Amino acid sequence: MFQTISLFAPQLVLAFFASQLLSTGAFAKRDISIGVRNFSIFVLLIYSVIGFILGKPTGTAFKGALVIDDFSHYMNLIIGLSAAATLALSKSFFQIEKLDRFEFSILVLYCTLGMSIMVSANTLLALYIGIEMQSLALYIMAAFNRDSLRASEAGLKYFVLGALSSGLLLYGASLIYGFTGSIEFTQISEAISYGASPGIIAGMVFLLCGLAFKISAAPFHMWTPDVYEGAPTPVTAFFASVPKFAAMALIARLLVGPFETIVSQWQQVIVIFAILSMFIGAIGALVQVNIKRLMAYSSIANMGFALVALSAGNESGVKGMLIFMSIYVISIIGIFACILQMRIRDGMVENINDLAGLSKSNRSLALVLTVFMFSIMGIPPLLGFFGKFFAFVPAIEAGMVWLVVLALIASVIGAFYYLRLVKIIWGDESSHEFVEAPKTLRTIALMSSLLVFPILILPLISIPTQSLISRAASSLF
Amino acid sequence: MVIGLSHYLAVAAILFTIGVFGIFVNRKNVIIILMCVELILLAVNINFVSFSTHMAESSGSNPMAGQVFALFILTVAAAEAAVGLAILVVYFRNRGNINVENIDLMKG
Repeated sequence: MFQTISLFAPQLVLAFFASQLLSTGAFAKRDISIGVRNFSIFVLLIYSVIGFILGKPTGTAFKGALVIDDFSHYMNLIIGLSAAATLALSKSFFQIEKLDRFEFSILVLYCTLGMSIMVSANTLLALYIGIEMQSLALYIMAAFNRDSLRASEAGLKYFVLGALSSGLLLYGASLIYGFTGSIEFTQISEAISYGASPGIIAGMVFLLCGLAFKISAAPFHMWTPDVYEGAPTPVTAFFASVPKFAAMALIARLLVGPFETIVSQWQQVIVIFAILSMFIGAIGALVQVNIKRLMAYSSIANMGFALVALSAGNESGVKGMLIFMSIYVISIIGIFACILQMRIRDGMVENINDLAGLSKSNRSLALVLTVFMFSIMGIPPLLGFFGKFFAFVPAIEAGMVWLVVLALIASVIGAFYYLRLVKIIWGDESSHEFVEAPKTLRTIALMSSLLVFPILILPLISIPTQSLISRAASSLF
Repeated sequence: MVIGLSHYLAVAAILFTIGVFGIFVNRKNVIIILMCVELILLAVNINFVSFSTHMAESSGSNPMAGQVFALFILTVAAAEAAVGLAILVVYFRNRGNINVENIDLMKG
């Protein structure tokens, strides 16, 4: 009994406290949004470590619907910590914009619950329920600033394309169910190993297209820039970090789980997604002046790099993807903590030219932002370099040198707009000064900039992290 | 003529295509987009139920799973429609109309 509960304890914690907080908020007489946010951050922290506290139980729960292994423990840890960080980021923004409602924290909790189901899904049904639970919360969060036309337009666009992607995913799921006779990953894998019929291949492609929407891989990226620009900035920070990683983990679980015997088929799809994402992300960002749009194209390109690692289709590929995405999530949270500090007396500014002369007016912010830009570009001493290194090595080992060459070309193109940002910060004349940022934002920006610094290369930190990631990757095989 | 599995699958495929095309071709009204989303989900449900009823019971296959899946899709589709209509109401309050052509505040 206790053993079964300890398997899905992380999900149980989230579901229980989210429902409790929702009913508390509904019956509260006064505004309790600050208390609910603090408690939600606490719940997310518990959620992220509870699997490790309970001694990393492994097995399947709910008659095989959820599988709990080292991979899901690692994903729960990263998802919980980064969701807690983005929730902490949202505090000052929502208070200044007078948007602070307790529902936001609860939406984050439910969204995280959906993502934790996604990363341990073991049937097509659990996969679908997880994705929908996550997406329904995300649609509302995108339109959370309901008096703003841009936010509601972002929510509407996200909803329409998200619903279309769920439709594609479901159509693929139905084909796979029809041609293999089961919705369980283990039995699908067994049925495919006897030979993959065209129906299964078509279903797999539909499934991957639906998931590509969720990670905003090209050619299914068109919603990303609009939604990133229109949604409130803390929500954009959330969009750019956590759901991307969860969907990427789900893709990894699918590809090396049920579809492991048809590597040569899915490899082509993933390689096409990777090449298109890298180049559309790199070239699309060249003309952007809004920093949130710029980060949207940057995230499209980064998803391409993560798919390069996955396309190797072996254990080191999954490991490379996990390392790359973990580093990406750390730096994206830091970058958005910096973007949220771009506030003048009249309100938020989002144009990259507003950063002009930052080196004189706010030297610490300028330094932190420069570190992030160099890291995400992949300049050697910083952590971003190691992310790309671990992402590209598996692809080379799998004999796809040409793909890695294309990835390097795309990252050189991408370096242009990161360097342009650095040039604006250090070279241009200042137009106005930012007001002093709240302490939480500065702390989170500083902490993640310290993390991307080579501290993590120190053996004390890097060896346990590496072994954690290796065990997570090997548990999928 | 005996109506077999392939007929059901053809109907579902046609409905699915109409739904996907409806989302992209329609330039008038957002409500039509919501209807197209429902059409896609119904096509999937037809697929699941027809696969389920035409499946032979054996050790590796599970005919009931398809019907259970269809029920779950119906439930989630209802929730999805609720969320979508709520966002649409918010959008209408800010914009004053729901023409697809006017959803172009952000582009580039």
